[in-house]
Amino acid sequence: MALDDRKSHFTFVGTRPNRPDGLDKVTGRARFGADVTAPGMLFGAILRSPHAHARIVRIDTSKAEAHRDVKAVVTRADFADVPFKPGLEGEFWNVLENVMAGEKALYDGHAVAAVAASSALAARDALKLIEVEYEVLPHVTDVDKAMAPDAPVIREGAADYSVPEGMHPNVVRYHESGHGDVEAGFAEADLVIEDHFVTEATHQGYIEPHACLASLGADGKGELWCCTQGHWIVQKTCAALLGIETAQLRVTASEIGGGFGGKTTVFIEPVALALSRKANRPVKIVMSRSEVLRATGPTASASMDVKIGMKKDGTITAAQGVFRLQGGAFPGAPGDMTAMCAFAPYNLTNVRQVGYDVMSNRPKQAAYRAPGAPMGAFAVESVIDELCKKLGLDPVEVRLKNAVREGTKASYGPTYDRIGLVETLEAAKAHPHYSAPLKPGQGRGVACGFWFNHGGETSVSLALSEDGSAQLMVGTPDIGGSRASMALMAAEVLGIPYENIRVTIADTATLGYNDVSHGSRVTYASGLATIKAAQHAVEKLCERAAAKWGIPVDAVKWENGCAVPSGPNAGDFDPLPLAEITADMGRTGGPISGHFEATPEGAGVSFGTHIVDAEVDPETGKTSITRYTVIQDAGKAIHPAYVEGQFQGGAAQGIGWALNEEYIYGEDGRLQNPVFLDYRIPVASDLPMIDTVIVEVPNPGHPFGVRGVGETGIVPPLAAIANAVSNAAGVRMRQLPMSPPRILAALKGNG
Amino acid sequence: MQYHRPASFAEASDLAAHATGITRFLAGGTDVLVQLRSEIVTPDTLIDIKAIDGVRDITRHADGSWTLGVAVTGAEMSEHPQLGREWPGVVEAMDLIGSTQIQGRATPVGNLCNGSPAADSVPAMVAAGVMATVTGPNGDRVVAVEDIPTGPGKTSLAQGELISALHIPARGANGGDAYLRFIPRTEMDIAVVGVGVNLRVDGDTITEARVALGAVAPTVLLVEDCARALIGTTLDDAALAALAASASAACKPIDDKRGTIEFRTEVAGVLAKRAAKIAYARAKGETA
Ligand SMILES: Cc1cc2nc3c(=O)[nH]c(=O)nc-3n(C[C@H](O)[C@H](O)[C@H](O)COP(=O)(O)OP(=O)(O)OC[C@H]3O[C@@H](n4cnc5c(N)ncnc54)[C@H](O)[C@@H]3O)c2cc1C
Repeated sequence: MALDDRKSHFTFVGTRPNRPDGLDKVTGRARFGADVTAPGMLFGAILRSPHAHARIVRIDTSKAEAHRDVKAVVTRADFADVPFKPGLEGEFWNVLENVMAGEKALYDGHAVAAVAASSALAARDALKLIEVEYEVLPHVTDVDKAMAPDAPVIREGAADYSVPEGMHPNVVRYHESGHGDVEAGFAEADLVIEDHFVTEATHQGYIEPHACLASLGADGKGELWCCTQGHWIVQKTCAALLGIETAQLRVTASEIGGGFGGKTTVFIEPVALALSRKANRPVKIVMSRSEVLRATGPTASASMDVKIGMKKDGTITAAQGVFRLQGGAFPGAPGDMTAMCAFAPYNLTNVRQVGYDVMSNRPKQAAYRAPGAPMGAFAVESVIDELCKKLGLDPVEVRLKNAVREGTKASYGPTYDRIGLVETLEAAKAHPHYSAPLKPGQGRGVACGFWFNHGGETSVSLALSEDGSAQLMVGTPDIGGSRASMALMAAEVLGIPYENIRVTIADTATLGYNDVSHGSRVTYASGLATIKAAQHAVEKLCERAAAKWGIPVDAVKWENGCAVPSGPNAGDFDPLPLAEITADMGRTGGPISGHFEATPEGAGVSFGTHIVDAEVDPETGKTSITRYTVIQDAGKAIHPAYVEGQFQGGAAQGIGWALNEEYIYGEDGRLQNPVFLDYRIPVASDLPMIDTVIVEVPNPGHPFGVRGVGETGIVPPLAAIANAVSNAAGVRMRQLPMSPPRILAALKGNG
Repeated sequence: MQYHRPASFAEASDLAAHATGITRFLAGGTDVLVQLRSEIVTPDTLIDIKAIDGVRDITRHADGSWTLGVAVTGAEMSEHPQLGREWPGVVEAMDLIGSTQIQGRATPVGNLCNGSPAADSVPAMVAAGVMATVTGPNGDRVVAVEDIPTGPGKTSLAQGELISALHIPARGANGGDAYLRFIPRTEMDIAVVGVGVNLRVDGDTITEARVALGAVAPTVLLVEDCARALIGTTLDDAALAALAASASAACKPIDDKRGTIEFRTEVAGVLAKRAAKIAYARAKGETA
């Protein structure tokens, strides 16, 4: 029979084989969003609002339509007629409003019309022939200003039931949670610090701009190729926005050049489909970088107040936070997530957290690794660092003293199962980095971070071939090396080499529904489903062996890729290898495959601790990160190199967010820096080698102990870097990014 | 759009003189093509000057002075065995531009004529006293590099005029130059402040100096007060403080997404000091 679950003694799991997509990627054979063409294909281009907030009085597309190379022009009117599903509601309506403006343009870059033409150049030129009359309205892009009584209203009636009465209509969701009595807790403290923190919006910065190729016929049947983190959500959303049946749209996910949460929704895909339907030709759309920055989802920006009380021995007596997040012109800023994650690493008797979701005239925010958590950690971990400094306490010891463990009631409600925060802190304390001497001008910072992780709807199919190789179909686009991890987990169960397993990201027509690759869920949930699907196949393999040997199936066990007689029949027959069973499968009962579908619930939360050294040039305010160590609980690292890659990526993106990345809006509400020249992502030479320590505290909710690792790694960096920079500069930095002008101003005392 | 590939500067000048609409010369194209593709500037006439004889030549004359052809790239300057030994500041300024790919195309002439106040090679060239030959409908004239840019994106070149060569003076004895820029990252960024310093010493005493600032005013500035702060000194602390104060005083920067007025003003002084120390060490034959 199939293997029992296990947490140790692995053959394949934990090794570091070459990635299956490596050769394709280094030779250019991999096909990304923009790499496909179709016969008769047209090129789409999108006209975007130059205004932050404006009523669309009139759109005249007649001149563009008259252009000889133009085959279709669409505006919102081409989406409104949806006979199959009239009256879109909720998030579908929000997405439609975002991909094509209705009555108002809500931010600089908001799509207002689109054309399809026979060349990309003609499409671009045709956009200039579209006349749009705008009535410019007052705008607001700052979260605090958007909540103020006199702020322009983005949309009346967008708030849900959670918002207390009397708040500005731009406040659309409200979250409050916690336990104990914070006032009593603060009264017990020897020192209470309360501070205000601000972070700017940053973009996920994936290297591949959004791209798609769409084809939709008058019969309502369509094909869509696109670069996405989840093609079923694309299928479902596009079908709703275009008024067709979900199953009639087949969506294939391309190879993906990064997503980080930003490709979990649609932007150009419904537009390309609408253009295709109108032109009756395939339409390709590829975004430029400035379209990506102006019109796809950055993170929320945040304004936060955090208050923490501590005893002289380092015990936290109470903690309280108010987190206001601006998420653009639509509901969705993860103020609730920020609030719930902010104090999650600490065992608190008294804690209260409040989160606001606020709308402003900015692009609709999208998820970005652990959405909402990094900002909250920045505020909380900064205050803890200040408390440690003022009380003369070691920051790691203080965190250990207050750290959550198995059985602790979390700040956001539930009781923790087995978790690994203490293990990461112990590893930090023992790491040579933590005790290494600092040079003059350098400072060290530490911070912890938490993320929930997620399960989600998952289907996996595994089919064995006659020659004993296996093909595995998963539905979660590979954004972090998951094909390698899936193959390792399948190899572990089947007992055949990693190289004999080909993993494919199946399209929507070939596999059941799969949620997006988000929430660090893929290695956990698709991994769990892969193991179960492989076990399902193993059951069938054992049945075939039992039939061949004429013994009961429960007298057959699976060992090292072979069926083996066991129990009373042990030793009666030679082990029967997988390939011998599959060679005969056509004659012994037909094809052998394994399937699994579920919504696994045991994702297992994850914690990390980061140590950072920073050096600040006191004359220019320029920071360099001189040393960085990431320590995080992975539950079980299936492919350790990929786990390290996730840790390092979180640190690298965190360095960008902390030091230089920011959305800069002018007085006119336009984005000032929609190019990589001025939207300053770190370049390779900005980064130190990033050291990693994988802690493995197995997750009881996964057969092999896996916890997701994709998101936790971006939670501590903002705080850890801010602590290091503040310690190096000798002045507390409470606003991100800590760009040189801001640091220099702080050093000169006028910041 | 009309594309031309003239064989002489006279022909290039003639084409430009008779063109209507927007005209651009195509040297490396690292500004022109980028602006074209991002729809910032769509020229009506594009005149590629790379087919003219001698445009890729780097020539050292008998008197020690240099002539650079107008298509000479950053990479060719860095790889030249002697240019960087005599004019390390000019070469390091050009070398800061872009990446390896950009270095293979980008030219100092393009950097100058694009008219960006933040152009990296320009403060170094101004400090070095580089001159340009300008060819136009009325023949040639020779102009100091600092007189070419007149404001962001603007130059003093009239319609039909183009630069046909750059001239770097002879280095001479006991001279050194240096260029430093401030960017928030380590590369692939645009100068928030740039400072070029060129000086000559007699023993420990500075006898000649030119200091140019970039990205702190609508054009690159040649700052006389900075030179005065240095000449006659041994670059002691008082001289450095005076230099920094003069550099900061000369700044007329803007507040923008790349830096604040206060920041640019302060950092111009800091970089002036640092660049002066490097140039001074080089002038004295020390490694810096
Ligand atoms: C990725 C990237 C990074 C960059 N980094 C930097 C940087 O760090 N620092 C920096 O300063 N710049 C930078 N640049 C800008 C650019 O590379 C430089 O300005 C470069 O020196 C331009 O030279 P070019 O030969 O490519 O000019 P082109 O693009 O060919 O021309 C630029 C301008 O000069 C004019 N011109 C060219 N030749 C002549 C002539 N003979 N006579 C009159 N006018 C002429 C053209 O009409 C045009 O207006 C960068 C550009 C890119 C794309």
